[in-house]
Amino acid sequence: MTQEELLEQIYKKDGKAFTALYDMYSKSLYGVIFNLLKDKEESEDVLQDVFVKIWKNIDSYNEGKGRFFTWILNIARNSSIDRLRSKGHNNSKKNLSADNFVHILDYNTSATNKIDAIGIREFINKLKPKCIRLIDLLFFKGYTQQEASDELEIPLGTVKTQNRNCIGELRTILQE
Amino acid sequence: MDTAEYISSGTLEFYVYGLLTEQENIEVNKQAQEHESVRAEILSIEKAVINLSHSVSPHLSAENYEKIRQKLILKHAGTGVVHMETKRGMNPYIGWAAAVILMFGLAIQYYKYNEVTKEVEAVNVQKSKFEQLLASAERKNTETEKALNLVRDNATTTVNLAGQEAAPAAYAKVYINKNRNEIYVDVSGLPEAPAGKVYQVWALKLDPLTPTSIGVIDDAKIQNGIFKVENNATAQAFGITLEPAGGSPTPTLEQLYTLGKV
Repeated sequence: MTQEELLEQIYKKDGKAFTALYDMYSKSLYGVIFNLLKDKEESEDVLQDVFVKIWKNIDSYNEGKGRFFTWILNIARNSSIDRLRSKGHNNSKKNLSADNFVHILDYNTSATNKIDAIGIREFINKLKPKCIRLIDLLFFKGYTQQEASDELEIPLGTVKTQNRNCIGELRTILQE
Repeated sequence: MDTAEYISSGTLEFYVYGLLTEQENIEVNKQAQEHESVRAEILSIEKAVINLSHSVSPHLSAENYEKIRQKLILKHAGTGVVHMETKRGMNPYIGWAAAVILMFGLAIQYYKYNEVTKEVEAVNVQKSKFEQLLASAERKNTETEKALNLVRDNATTTVNLAGQEAAPAAYAKVYINKNRNEIYVDVSGLPEAPAGKVYQVWALKLDPLTPTSIGVIDDAKIQNGIFKVENNATAQAFGITLEPAGGSPTPTLEQLYTLGKV
């Protein structure tokens, strides 16, 4: 289902729309949230809040603002960062950058997921380490260009294009 | 910038990440509407990052979905797509709705009350301004009436003071009322006193010439230019000189503006 089809269902108040929304995006958002919180229960709790927020505020989204996924991604990142703050975590972004999304795979403990995790690790390891860091900071953690440039010590002007090359690599890997 | 360059700038990735400013978002939306290639690129980027985050996400328990449904049903029944009958019927919601309406009502009343209070304050301030204005107008009117009565009084004699060398065009009048022992001076025929200077009125006795100050006029414009000065029964002539602010003990004769004999 595409974003457009999903939105159409939602606007029509189709009874299956919520399930479709959840199926399409829950794991993705959970990955983003978990990457920030590093705690399964806490992350599930935030994920629940995020879906409640999405559903409650769905009328405030409009396609002129950008992609629907981008909208819900922002809600997920912001809710996670709020949770970090309210828990009194040291929420400076510096501390967030120590880990990246590859480490999430270490948390997958159940047997079936272990097998998955091996496969996923293989495909992710095809990405250059620099790309993993860059995508982690920009996409998963919502760093600004400036913050990413400071953190990775790469020139500000090259952040966008380097990130583009990395996404290019990711796309190639996914097509294999 | 052509479309290919635009795509390779890396902006579309930032668009999907949600890192652009509102202005930049608008620009991307515009490009996406105009160019199929931009649209396709955005979709492809989005697919890649959704795929990535989906892949690395830990196992998500099945109960999670049910928990969200429950939260939505409890908090937002009837507002969205998730419709579920509640076991207790609608009564609790009517109660809550009534409470919300009451809260709104109270808030509106409180707001209105504040607005009205502000208005009353503003009106009071205006009222006191008008009162002050009225009092000063009344005072001025009384002064004018008094002066007019004196001028009209049969017992009043007028002394015309003619312009002197310092100001040939100037003139003034002195009104003396022997019955009431009052003297008024009308200085409306004098030029405006320069800054830091005042007009001083003198009663003069001739042979030998003895000036006595009977008043200093700070601002000739007020009170229609007619001022009450000290009575002086022995005056044989009156003169008006320009003096430094506050007046002088003796007249500065070079600055004698007007002079007239009784």
